[in-house]
Formats: sequence, C-alpha cells, structure tokens
Amino acid sequence: MTMTQEDLTIADPKMTARGIDVFYGQKQAINNVSIDVGTDLVTAFIGPSGCGKSTFLRSLNRMNDTVAGARVTGTILLDGEDIYAPSMDVVQLRARVGMVFQKPNPFPKSIYDNVAYGPRIHGLAPTKADLDGVVERALTRAGLWDEVKDRLGESGTALSGGQQQRLCIARAIAVDPEVILMDEPCSALDPIATAKIEELIHELRGKFAIVIVTHNMQQAARVSQRTAFFHLGTLVEYGKTTDIFTNPKQERTKDYITGRYG
Amino acid sequence: MNRATSPTDWKGNVMQTRIAKRYAAERRFKLFGLGAVLLSGAFLAFLLFVMVGNGARGFTYTHVAVPVDFKAMPLTIDAARLGDPDADQVIANAGLADIVAFAADEALGDGGSALISENAWKEVRSAIKDDPELLRGKTLFELPAASAVDVIAKDGGKGELAARVDALAKDGKLSTGIHWPFFKNADATDPAVAGIWGALKGSVLTIFIAFIIAFPTGVLAALYLEEYAAKNRWTDLIEVSINNLAAVPSIIFGLLALAVFINWFGLCQASPLVGGLTLALMTMPVIVIASRNAIKAVPPSIRDAALGVGASPVQVVFHHVLPLALPGILTGTIIGMARALGETAPLLLVGMRAFIGDVPGGICSPSTVLPMQIFLWSDEVDRGFVEKTSAAIIVLLIVLLSMNALAIYLRNKFEKRW
Repeated sequence: MTMTQEDLTIADPKMTARGIDVFYGQKQAINNVSIDVGTDLVTAFIGPSGCGKSTFLRSLNRMNDTVAGARVTGTILLDGEDIYAPSMDVVQLRARVGMVFQKPNPFPKSIYDNVAYGPRIHGLAPTKADLDGVVERALTRAGLWDEVKDRLGESGTALSGGQQQRLCIARAIAVDPEVILMDEPCSALDPIATAKIEELIHELRGKFAIVIVTHNMQQAARVSQRTAFFHLGTLVEYGKTTDIFTNPKQERTKDYITGRYG
Repeated sequence: MNRATSPTDWKGNVMQTRIAKRYAAERRFKLFGLGAVLLSGAFLAFLLFVMVGNGARGFTYTHVAVPVDFKAMPLTIDAARLGDPDADQVIANAGLADIVAFAADEALGDGGSALISENAWKEVRSAIKDDPELLRGKTLFELPAASAVDVIAKDGGKGELAARVDALAKDGKLSTGIHWPFFKNADATDPAVAGIWGALKGSVLTIFIAFIIAFPTGVLAALYLEEYAAKNRWTDLIEVSINNLAAVPSIIFGLLALAVFINWFGLCQASPLVGGLTLALMTMPVIVIASRNAIKAVPPSIRDAALGVGASPVQVVFHHVLPLALPGILTGTIIGMARALGETAPLLLVGMRAFIGDVPGGICSPSTVLPMQIFLWSDEVDRGFVEKTSAAIIVLLIVLLSMNALAIYLRNKFEKRW
C-alpha cells in the first residue's frame, strides 16, 4: 500500500483518525485506518458490503461502545481532543457528533417531540418559546417545516419514509452538532426521496462537517468533496472525489468504481 | 426435444390421487381445530352455566316475616344510650335475643324460634339503632331464616321441617331477596350471616402488597439484566435461576415465607402483609421473564436513535425502552397477579387458612383470601354453605376477569406502533 501523507491530511481537519483498528471479539473489522475529516466538506465512505465502512463510521461517535465485544484502538481526535480518552464524556460527544441511520428511526412520539428530544435532554432550550424556535429551525433546515408545520402533534412514524429520514436529520441537527454521520441514509428510500436528501446534504454542507457512508457510487460522486474507498477493512484510497472517480491511483479502486466487483 | 424423461402428467391418475389426499388432509386439520375450539367452548359454557346456576342463589337468602311488638315485651332500653359506642352491648344485655325468639315462637307457632337464624336478632338490633322509635310500637321484621329453612325453601326437601316451611310459604311469610350481609360480613359459622367481604378485602390487600413489592423489583431486575448486565456466565446463571424459580411449586414458597418472614423476621402471622410478601416472591420471576421479553422486543433502532442524539443509558431506558415495553410488562404482571390471586397453597403455610370472623382492618390484621374462603366453605358440614361456596367462586371469577380486562385495556392504551 502506497498512501502518501498528502492524501491523508487536510488543512484544518474537524476529526482526525490515526491507526484505527476495530475488533469484534477476535475478528478484526478495521485494520490501521487513518483519515482526516474536513470541517466544511462532505466526506463519503464507499466500498463493497462488509468492507467496514459503517463500522469505522460508528467508531467516530463511539456508537461501537454499545456493541458487546467491540474494541477500538488508535487515536481519533475531535478538534484535537481524543474522543477515546477517559475524560471524554460519551453523551456530550454524541451530541457534538450526531448520527443518521440507515433505516429511518423516528421515535414513536409526535413530530415535535422527536425534534425537541435532544435539546430537552441537553437543556439547550430553557423555555417553551426557545424550544419552539429550535424545533422550527431544525425542521426548516431539514426541509421539512413546510410539510409538517400544521401537524407537529402527529406521530413521527406516520410520515412517509423520506419524510421520516428528514425528520431524523432534523432531530440530529436540533442539538446543533459539529459533525453529522450518515450511515447509508438513502438506502431505504425511493429515488425522489433520495434526491431530496442529497439536496439537503448540499445545503447543510459548510454548517456541519458531514460524513456519509453509501453503497451508491453516483451518490458519493454527487454529494461529496472527499471520498474514501474501503476494502476488506482497510482504507485503500482517500482523496478528492473528482480524483477518485476520474483518476484513481489504486488498481482496486479502479476495479470497484468501474464495476469490476462490489 | 431430447428430454430424458417424459413430461410430468399433471392430469394423470397419480396426481389426482395426490390432490384428493391433500384436500382431505386440509379438511381433516380444519375439522380437528374446529372440534378443539368447540370442546373448550363447551367446557367454558358448562362451567359458567353450573357456576351461575348454583352460585346466583348464594347471593340471595330466605327471610321470614316476624312481627315484634315491643310494647308487649319486657324490654327496657335507655333510648339515650343508643347513640353510644357500646350501644350493641346495651341492647344485647337487655335480652333482645330472647324477645325476638319469643316473638318468633308466637308468630310461627311452637318451635318458631328454630325457624329463624340464631343471629336474626342482630338485624332487629341494627334496626332499633337506626330508628329508636320502633321500641314504642309493633313492627313486622323480615328476619333471615335458619340455614336449614333456607336450604329447603330453595331446594325443597322431605320431613317435618319441609312441611312447616311449605306451610309458611303458603301463608306468604317467606320472602327471598338479595342477601346484603353476604357482601358486608366476614366468615361466620352461621350461613345466614357469613359473608365474602372479609376474604375479598384480604385478597385485595394481599395482592396490593404483592404488587408494590414484586412489580418494581421485577421490572428493575429485568431492566438491569437486559440493558446493563454484561452477557457472561454469571448472567446466564441468573437467567437459568429465574426461569427455574418461576417453575418452583408454590407451596415451597409458602415454606420459605414461613421460615423467613414469620420465624425469622417475626412479621404478623396470617396477615395480608406476610401473604403478600409470599405471593410477591412467587410472582417476581414471572414478572422478570415477561418484562425481559417485552424489553427485548423494543427495536434496537430506537436505542440507536436515542444514543445518537446523546441520551445517556438511563435516559434511553426511561424515555424510550420502558414506555415501549410497558404494555408487555403490564400484561405479564397482571397475568402473574391473577395467578397469585387464585393461589392457596403458599398461604396455607403462613396461617391464612384460619377461621377469621372479622373483616381485616389493615395489612397486619389476621385475614384470609378468596380462594382460601372457597376452600374453607367447601369443607363445611352445614348445607347452607354449598351455595355460599359457589357464590364465592363467582366473586373470585369476576375479580379475575376484571383483572384480565384491565390487562387488555392497559395494553391497548399504551401500545404504540412504529
């Protein structure tokens, strides 16, 4: 593997991972991955199923902690602070590094309560009026406000799949995170809902550092500025999206993006 | 066209036989299922029919009309003392029992006092307490009949007593009505005054104690085991122990309770407190198992969602997992409680099978429970208790059915779909 230092580094990175190994019990899922996540960029992780891209994503906000037997070694820094240090509070970390999951998973509560949940538990909105403002802003940013403003009391689970996913994005941005991790956010959605989410990712870029895992290479090409290609638990190539798709340095990357395997 | 075998003959005889056999198997299976449903329906209908048929009469009682003329009697009661707390004693000391017996002899002929319940005068007493004016005149009282008279009036019979009862009935001196003392009194030796309220209250107190102990402990244990405990050999051991505990015969819990709560802790015997603790021991494993299953059924995506916005593990449990698991937990709990309500064996050993003539005043007073009362009455020699037994069974079934109805209501109320 010949990966040069300039591939890895980004001026002013939001998150920095160095030498990350992830184990599930005896099985090693991620092998020595180092990567920088840019502040104003959308970073896409691509790769065939089971290549470890979701596993790596989940170690960026320590969601792997909840998996029995999972173990992460190496260093991950958020603004220069080690997120696996004992002094790091996991709850606060997850508020700073929000997450959107593969399957839309709104709480079986009202649309309002779904968005208000995060700000409530972190005490971000002391009064009802503040909370109303936070909910409206988050739903507006997620492009859902106009569709739901007259039925905030209805259950979040009554929305369509695409709306549910945007509700989950609104829920994630309501706590004002610095990074948003998206784990295949469109894989359960139809093309129109997918297009809306992609549009939303464009709009959110610059306000949050965004990391998106996707199976869909066209999607990675459309929404991201940086792309990382994972294969068999290793980071094969990382660079500007345009370079990865037009001029890959590695043979394996080339094979994958031309559809030779995956 | 070079097939090695000839094409399948879908219309041939072999196929037709297979089809016919398959249809026959389907029909047979349907019939067996229907038969099973009909059989259990018939059992249920038979049970209800017999119970209601026998038991409904346990709620009524035969009364005999007896006029009592207080003016003509040597009864001196200071009307001023009727409001005193010891008014019962005052009236009893004045010899009211003899006077009522005498009035019965006079009204019903020789041996008339044997036709009314030996406790009949107590009804007269409470009437006097309610209205002291009665003492100045003659009043027609509907007094509870003696148990034997009640049985003959309801079921018929032979012999001298039956003839007398028939005569009374012809004279229109007998009447049948809802027997309120049955709903107000505790157990008694005389069926005319024996009631279910003591046992019902005992049951309610016992179940209440069992619930407030078993429910929080069981749910917390389940939450800890599901959400916090590491999955290792120790938690496996605990899981196996809990499953075994749920299968332990209930009388063993009675022995344990006798040894621990009464002999060691010295808690009050035969009381709802000890009974409730015993039933709590017995019900807790059931609640733990039901709660664990309900908690397991909460989709992991909800936990991820909450953790993802930065909820702490406790917040995940109390804001999301517990509310979603609550319908299942409540259903399991109420079914466990209903089982505890019908339990007698463990309570035998903590002394709740004693004859308790008073309605229990609190959780430490001696008391009995409904199924125990049924058992005690079914053992009585007096035929009057046969109907009381059936009536008590109906009361127990009504309580059980309303608990099950509550379980269904709670499940529907808290159930959320996603």
